[in-house]
Amino acid sequence: MEATPIISFKNVNKIYDNGTVGLKDINFDIPRGEFLVVVGLSGAGKSTLLRTINRMHEITSGEIRIENEPISQYKGRSLRLLRRKIGMIFQNFNLVKRSSVAKNVLAGRVSYYPTWKSILSLFSAADKQKAVQSLQRVSLAEKLYARADELSGGQQQRVAIARTLMQDPKIILADEPIASLDPLTTKTVMDILKRLNQEDGITVIVNLHSVALARAYADRIVGLRAGEVVYDEPIGQVTEADLNRVYQTV
Amino acid sequence: MTSQVPQRPWLQRWHVKPIGWTLLLVGLLIASSRMTGVDVGMFFSNLGQFTDLLVRMSRPAWDYLPVILQPLYETIQMAILGTTIGAAFAVPFAVLAASNLVHNRWLRGIIRLILDLVRTLPDLLLAAIFVAIFGIGSTAGVVTLAIFSFGMVSKLFYEVIETIDMGPLEALESVGANKLTIIWYAVLPQILNQFVSYFLYTLEINVRASTVLGYLGAGGIGVFLQRSLNQFNYSQTAVIILATLVVVMVIDGISNHLRRVLL
Repeated sequence: MEATPIISFKNVNKIYDNGTVGLKDINFDIPRGEFLVVVGLSGAGKSTLLRTINRMHEITSGEIRIENEPISQYKGRSLRLLRRKIGMIFQNFNLVKRSSVAKNVLAGRVSYYPTWKSILSLFSAADKQKAVQSLQRVSLAEKLYARADELSGGQQQRVAIARTLMQDPKIILADEPIASLDPLTTKTVMDILKRLNQEDGITVIVNLHSVALARAYADRIVGLRAGEVVYDEPIGQVTEADLNRVYQTV
Repeated sequence: MTSQVPQRPWLQRWHVKPIGWTLLLVGLLIASSRMTGVDVGMFFSNLGQFTDLLVRMSRPAWDYLPVILQPLYETIQMAILGTTIGAAFAVPFAVLAASNLVHNRWLRGIIRLILDLVRTLPDLLLAAIFVAIFGIGSTAGVVTLAIFSFGMVSKLFYEVIETIDMGPLEALESVGANKLTIIWYAVLPQILNQFVSYFLYTLEINVRASTVLGYLGAGGIGVFLQRSLNQFNYSQTAVIILATLVVVMVIDGISNHLRRVLL
């Protein structure tokens, strides 16, 4: 039985207001539970592609379906509910640096509460426990009450992952999650993402510069160049020579 | 290797630009003092009267101090009340005026127009109006200070908001939070310490401003300042000024301490 893909792109185009082509005729499906790595040069459209999935960027034409639902009609509450099931990890971690780790992690849960409860930090005991568990999964439970800016870059990225786990996401989008990290913490962060993919069955889509990392972690690699998919192969069929094509400027 | 160092252009070599700007500014200064008829010479020739005043103020009448403690206390209360009310109203306006939070240019423009209008109204005019409405007393002073603080603080606040890191906002948006929650979780923690610092700065200004407002009958220490000046009782004036200085210094100390703690 062919399962329906969790995400599917159909003839997706994105043209910026100034006429620049962001994405050009994107067509591919992402099956549930896949660890997909998107590679390409800076400006190839990787970030744009990722952000169309949770509607942080709008597309110009075409259709994106998530769990077989077209997402372009979502507005207000339905859009927030869509975003709730899609976690996002950023290059710069995007933590509130002056807040505690606990508050940063619990912020991932706010979309499950009415506004007034979020504002008064009236989280249930179960969710506070869940915050501790999320931090345990990234091995940072002892930093619960530390301020976010006291942590190293790698630790901050792990807190960001814990925040995402609070959403109970079905999909995690990671936009260059390791671009500001050293090689050792890079491995820690990528290992955590891989584990969430394998243990929790979360579909993970990661943008990367590094071909070596892509080959080490991906189930499948998609290459973008100038907003177009120029490469799309399962990991078993990826060869170094093919991948180098993605990085050709011509 | 020396041959590879490029020649320094003569514009830079002779500092043409900084010297030119300085000359231009000095020229403008002289021209504007000519046109407005400011006589710098008079300042120096009449310096004697100024020192005479200082000498007469140099013997503060300390026995006057108990008399002014109550009005000074009232002045501080007026300043705190006025600043708090003004700042509380300033927060939502500052959020709506910040270009990185509100992308609707019309809404932002209208809010900023209101803020500009409020700042244009001189505080003395406001005091005169509110004394006419509420009668002589501290109510008029509090309302004046609240409006004055509102105008000033909201501008300072929205300029702070425009410098924040937008990353956490993006993260909260991706979590599925609504606007109000995003502001509460991602904006407020980033600006809180600067808000406190600007609040205390405004409080300090209001303590000084309320001494002037007393002239118009808006309550507080200003009433006594005016009385002592009218009676040429400069030793009393000196006590009032020194007491106000102490209050301002205390607020400044609290402000410095809080900024260190909150940073």
